[in-house]
Amino acid sequence: MPAVENETQLRALLGGLSGVDAVGAEARAAKLATRSLKKSTKLAALDLAISMVDLTTLEGADTPGRVTSLCTKAMHPDPSDSGVPHVAAACVYPDLVAHARHVLGASPVKVAAVATSFPSGRASLNVKLLDVREAVSAGADEIDMVIDRGAFLSGRLGQVFDEVVAVKEACGSTHLKVILETGELVTYDNVRRASWIAMLAGADFIKTSTGKVGVNATLPTALVMLEAVRDFAETTGVVVGVKVAGGIRSAKDALRYLVVINETVGSAWLSPDRFRFGASSLLNDLLMQRLKQRRGVYVRPDEFSGD
Amino acid sequence: MSEDRLDVRKTYKLLINGAFPRSESGRSYEVTSAKGEFLANVAQGSRKDVRDAVVAARAAQSKWWAQSAYNRGQVIYRLAEMAESRRDELAEHVRLGEGLASKKAKVSVSRAIDRIVWYAGWTDKIAQILGSSNPVAGPFFNFSVPAPSGVVGVLAEQDSSLEAFVNAVLAPIAVGNTVVAVASEKRPTPAVLLGEMTATADFPAGLLNIVTGFTGEVAPTLASHEDVDGIDLTGVDEAFADELAQLAAGSIKRVLRPGPSEDASLRRLRAFVEISTVWHTIGQ
Amino acid sequence: MSDELTNSQLGAMAYDPAPESASIARIKPAYGLFINGEFSDPSSHEAFVTLNPATEEPLASVAQASTADVDRAVYAARRAYDTVWSKTTGAERSKYLFRIARIIQERSRELAVVETLDNGKPIRESRDIDIPLAAAHFFYYAGWADKLDHAGFGPDPKPLGVAGQIIPWNFPLLMAAWKLAPALAAGNTCVLKPAETTPLSALILAEILQQAELPEGVVNIITGDGSTGAALVDHPGVDKIAFTGSTEVGRLIQQRVATSHKHLTLELGGKGANIVFEDAPIDEMIEGIIDGIFFNQGHVCCAGSRLLVQESVADDVLRRLIRRVDQLRVGDPLDKNTDVGAINSAAQLSRIKELTAYGEEEGATRYTSTCSLPDKGYWFAPTVFADVSQSHRIAREEIFGPVLSVLTFRTPEEAVAKANNTNYGLACGVWSEKGSRTLWVAERLRAGVVWANTYNRFDPTSPFGGVRESGFGREGGRHGLEAYLNV
Repeated sequence: MPAVENETQLRALLGGLSGVDAVGAEARAAKLATRSLKKSTKLAALDLAISMVDLTTLEGADTPGRVTSLCTKAMHPDPSDSGVPHVAAACVYPDLVAHARHVLGASPVKVAAVATSFPSGRASLNVKLLDVREAVSAGADEIDMVIDRGAFLSGRLGQVFDEVVAVKEACGSTHLKVILETGELVTYDNVRRASWIAMLAGADFIKTSTGKVGVNATLPTALVMLEAVRDFAETTGVVVGVKVAGGIRSAKDALRYLVVINETVGSAWLSPDRFRFGASSLLNDLLMQRLKQRRGVYVRPDEFSGD
Repeated sequence: MSEDRLDVRKTYKLLINGAFPRSESGRSYEVTSAKGEFLANVAQGSRKDVRDAVVAARAAQSKWWAQSAYNRGQVIYRLAEMAESRRDELAEHVRLGEGLASKKAKVSVSRAIDRIVWYAGWTDKIAQILGSSNPVAGPFFNFSVPAPSGVVGVLAEQDSSLEAFVNAVLAPIAVGNTVVAVASEKRPTPAVLLGEMTATADFPAGLLNIVTGFTGEVAPTLASHEDVDGIDLTGVDEAFADELAQLAAGSIKRVLRPGPSEDASLRRLRAFVEISTVWHTIGQ
Repeated sequence: MSDELTNSQLGAMAYDPAPESASIARIKPAYGLFINGEFSDPSSHEAFVTLNPATEEPLASVAQASTADVDRAVYAARRAYDTVWSKTTGAERSKYLFRIARIIQERSRELAVVETLDNGKPIRESRDIDIPLAAAHFFYYAGWADKLDHAGFGPDPKPLGVAGQIIPWNFPLLMAAWKLAPALAAGNTCVLKPAETTPLSALILAEILQQAELPEGVVNIITGDGSTGAALVDHPGVDKIAFTGSTEVGRLIQQRVATSHKHLTLELGGKGANIVFEDAPIDEMIEGIIDGIFFNQGHVCCAGSRLLVQESVADDVLRRLIRRVDQLRVGDPLDKNTDVGAINSAAQLSRIKELTAYGEEEGATRYTSTCSLPDKGYWFAPTVFADVSQSHRIAREEIFGPVLSVLTFRTPEEAVAKANNTNYGLACGVWSEKGSRTLWVAERLRAGVVWANTYNRFDPTSPFGGVRESGFGREGGRHGLEAYLNV
């Protein structure tokens, strides 16, 4: 791991990173999006995508009842077909973690909690760390934190770094995903820099978005983040995963992300250990496409549970 | 098959933001043929309709300009396709409204359609005519490009109900503006038909908005509206044009008054274009 | 270098075959010559077969036009010019061209499949690049036909008359569009000779011209080998010759035409330099290098066949490049996931092999993709030569195949000098995030086209053509009209 002891060193390191040409990055993503996945590749990819879903409910109106439905579906997405894999995790607000843990019991489905005053992150560090600790003690396996975008955009990169380090410490052995909120960072150069800050500070995963702003995960953004993860692994030997969240509704979209992974970082990242989809309605479209492939006809949405 | 069947008559509405509403004022006025026969009760547009049209035009403008010149050309060409397929209907309205012989009306429609095609072909060329790289005295790459003024108001000519209308609205559109047009007061129907055709020509909502009614009533609103960047005063008499030009001055609008010639000149294409010049250093 | 990445297999997720359907092409067993609005037999009744280079299977029998047929075609073009086309207004010519553009759009899928079958290029490229650009060229020039007064060549510029146009096999339909669209817009009539190994899309275009009801004789399409082209070049009834092809043949044509009254434009070979500075946007630059030389199997006159990389980053760039080359999917051109298709002909394949052999002999370090190649058909694995210097043959001669030569430079001046150290001058690329340096380099490069932070970008509005032995004259843009006007 390169030494990052202060903001000056951090800036020097970030300054050595290559820029991203937006036109080129978008063109590469668009070209990858033309890959055609058929037959057995498609079936395998659909199952892989299902296993990578962090099934998410993050609404003010969430109740224990809602979380029960979510977790049940997370464990058995299609009750009529036991061949369908379970999803990777159920993702909830911190005050519903205990309930989710209870419903999931001994299931391999993980409990992920958003924390650090999600989604804005606009609170004192103390409040954000308390948010994290409470989620961890309630039984969360994974924490999805947000970086301070205000600090990033005003140039306080050291502060962004330090906060990630502090949250990682509060997590202990709990897995940490760092949300960059790429829609607010806007430029690909910023996404690259923020990715490196998070990785250098100890992130287990870097994540695109909260899903709560206008622009969430996009294919070119994921491409840039996967390139960062690749370069980081090459330079340091440390493996960081990527999670894309927000706006991924169709199986077609999801499969495009798998293609980008395949052709940027390769097979080792084609696993829920290293890639996740933060989504809710995506799961049903994956299930529908899976069923369509098997039955050979277009199917009704009502084949699957609404929640 | 009986010829005594009653035909279903059309209601002539406004075109605002890709939809066809009646005037918010609820008013209509009688439009007759050149010979005085009843043609239709056409919507009598109000200041508020103009206001709504400007809002729609403004919302549409940046998206229209963000499309490639090629796509803009395709959209305008498709309008020509629609107009060609409905040429008989257009000719009938030109004939009745302008009191032309049937053959002359058809020729007028043909010219209007060819003029739409002409404008379709300008979108991806005007920059090559109006733009330039400029050999400044210094190590700089200097280039000028034409950008659209924004939202353009058009007071269409009163007599030529289709050809002049096409000329007036498509020129600003071809260079990237969006338009709020006030059709000829006495002969509005060909413009209304053209508006209907934009709906099937992939014109985005708000690109072209058409208000029918009394020019004298709505023109001042358009001329004084501060969120309108340019105004074409062709459709009013000189005295009224002077008055409107003074109103327009309030927000430093670009004003187009009738000029030396209409046919195939670039005057209308140049009228609502802003030349933007960029300097970039050249050095190792 | 960590193990984590080397253990992660790039491209490990295999894509099942995703073939486009060949039957969409509806290719006829035999085609005649398209003269005066209809297909007819050649006077000699001779024919030749055009093959699918990916499988070596025959696609169709195509007519061999003799001198007599060339004569017939030129006569038809002349008559059409004198009696019809020169009397057709710009507005009317415009509408014919718009019709043709529209029909190309409507039949785009069929055309893309035909192009891939006949040429060997990946369906993704014919579908996403060749065919859409061909339609766009017709759309663009359609819009000039009724505006020639404003094109900057003076009022009422006149056409030249009959244009004889000879096109290459690398972008068959697109090259036909590049030639026909401006010529027709300017008011000329045409006799077009497609390349011997790729006649089919031009013949479908002939059917499209019939659907558009273009007056007979305005465009004539005659297939044949080099002798047909020579007859066209020599024909006294032709006012203008436009040729795209090798510098070798271009030289011969220029010699033959020199003593005649004919106007001439040439678009010839190149040995494009892709210049990479240390501050280039890394990932996009790698894609740009790859695209520059492996797009269309490297059968591109403006290919970035020389990589000039700043020495300070050469090792890293080469490493990333080789990793990327191994990911290129080479195979069935009809498969939607194929990146690199077949070499167009046995002749071209043997030329590539010959020149590549020199590379090794001369001491360059060869890296060849580990992709597997099909048994039948003409294939060449993407290849990169490192440690190349300007004195090597592979740095000087146009290979016209998927072979990249990598050289280094230290300063911008050296980069420019090396890039210009060639008799060619078609296209170059410059990769840097520093705009002022990019512009400084661009204005010193002896090339007709400079791409900055991109490569192989074409647009009907953008003039394309070379300097020095890459030819003269421009295609595309307002400047592209000049070749077809008497100004």
